[in-house]
Amino acid sequence: MEAIKKVEGKKKEHDVKLFALSTCGWCKKTKKLLADMDVEYECIDFDLLGEDEKKEMRVELKGYNPAVSFPTIIVDKDCVIIGFKKDDIREALEG
Amino acid sequence: MSEKIRKYVEKDAEENGYYVCPDPDLYEDLLDGLVENQERYGYPSCPCRQASGLKTYDADIICPCEYRDADVDEFGMCYCGLFVSEEVNEDPDKLEPIPERRPPEILETAMEAEEEPELEESEDIPVWRCKVCGYLAAREGPPPICPICKAKADRFERFNFNTG
Ligand code: SF4
Repeated sequence: MEAIKKVEGKKKEHDVKLFALSTCGWCKKTKKLLADMDVEYECIDFDLLGEDEKKEMRVELKGYNPAVSFPTIIVDKDCVIIGFKKDDIREALEG
Repeated sequence: MSEKIRKYVEKDAEENGYYVCPDPDLYEDLLDGLVENQERYGYPSCPCRQASGLKTYDADIICPCEYRDADVDEFGMCYCGLFVSEEVNEDPDKLEPIPERRPPEILETAMEAEEEPELEESEDIPVWRCKVCGYLAAREGPPPICPICKAKADRFERFNFNTG
């Protein structure tokens, strides 16, 4: 499994980045919702990164979400959704 | 392995008066995550949290984690939703993401440490008491960071049940 990948989708209006863990159930729900909505996004499975990459990504994620928890979804670089908040995700991406 | 983890989770839920995740897909995904972590790190660390791979630092997030009881108390579910209260069990719509209670400093410190601290060999597992908040933990060495008040390891002392 690749740690960082682009997930294709028909909806490309927003720049969407997902910080996830490959083992996390709520992250899976998030991935499924994004797939159902057919949204294109960048998926980072943090636990699959190499040690140096983890350090780098951790700093980036911490800037968005000080608790450094998963999933964290960043829409257009400034809207941060922490956790699988279905309605917030839909609103940010469909609104 | 997967059946072993399932039994361990179900037994633990029953013994503690909790219920296992009432969302069947989420339940299976969380069990798979525990199995993956067991294989990856050698212990079943929380599937919804990043472990460091250093057991001393990850001890508080080995399932069932140190935060479970407080979270089930306050939110009706543990952080992952693997263990829930009776109320959430009866109404699975109440399963929803809850805030992370684990201080991020623990992983941060572990990532900087890169290796396990040296511990004294001992036959019995000692109990450590946080001098700041009174938190008690039975483990080989003091927690690197108190999961409750975030005090550093040097604020822990060995706790003796006879003298207090
Ligand atoms: S949050 Fe739940 S699943 Fe995760 S370690 Fe704690 S008790 Fe286990």
